[in-house]
Amino acid sequence: MATIELLTKQLERDEDVNRKNIADWDKEIAMELSKQEGIEELTDRHWIVIDFMRSVYEEKGDAPSIRKLTKESGVDTKELYALFPKGPAKKAAKIAGLPKPKGCI
Amino acid sequence: MAEPIEKVSIVVSKGSLEGVYPGLIMANGARMEGIEATLFFTFFGLDAIIDKRMDHIKVATVGNPAMHIPTMMGGLPGMSAMATKMMSKEMEKIDIPPVREFIEMIHDAGCEIYGCLATVDMFHLKKEDFCEQLDDIITVGEFYEKSSGAQIIFT
Repeated sequence: MATIELLTKQLERDEDVNRKNIADWDKEIAMELSKQEGIEELTDRHWIVIDFMRSVYEEKGDAPSIRKLTKESGVDTKELYALFPKGPAKKAAKIAGLPKPKGCI
Repeated sequence: MAEPIEKVSIVVSKGSLEGVYPGLIMANGARMEGIEATLFFTFFGLDAIIDKRMDHIKVATVGNPAMHIPTMMGGLPGMSAMATKMMSKEMEKIDIPPVREFIEMIHDAGCEIYGCLATVDMFHLKKEDFCEQLDDIITVGEFYEKSSGAQIIFT
């Protein structure tokens, strides 16, 4: 378990993300995390996905994977891959400060 | 550490439900991990991308010891349909979509979808017989060209 400091907040991280500090996450941290993932700017469309991920995680304890995102977030598969290149579910979860989705699909 | 996998080329050669899904799950999983993926359908695997057949892919209940039912029973009318219905229900619960939706999703995710020319000729099929996600009908030689630098997975 490593700790990283982002915007003066200490985030305890497991291999993926700050699992222990999910409540510490905020929009500024999301913007920092997105830069680390190579996404320079978070648009409204990015935020729809990130907010959806947070709300599903709060409800179910697991971040949604790609099919749920496609069907329910209001952003389709093509756009998801355009917004978060190289693995939308994994990347969006990371930026949302959540562990990687457990589902296979 | 070993080099991460960057590209996979997945061959689907069987037309039963249990023959089709592993390849689709692996292709989708690859894209989810940021790995480039190509799907190549051959022989009975083509059923998964034939417009009229892809919504009727069934579990094989005969000749499959892991079904744990006697072969004679597996051959009774309706057994395959029933097993398919049950399995589809369970798959839906864990977010595995029906074949058509899955193919759309995988294609939208940037995975290219090809049919095998030899099989298409053998079964007297035409491009119009396939779902719109089919990118092309190609030869085995072209398949190898497109698979350059990829890990090839045969299912």
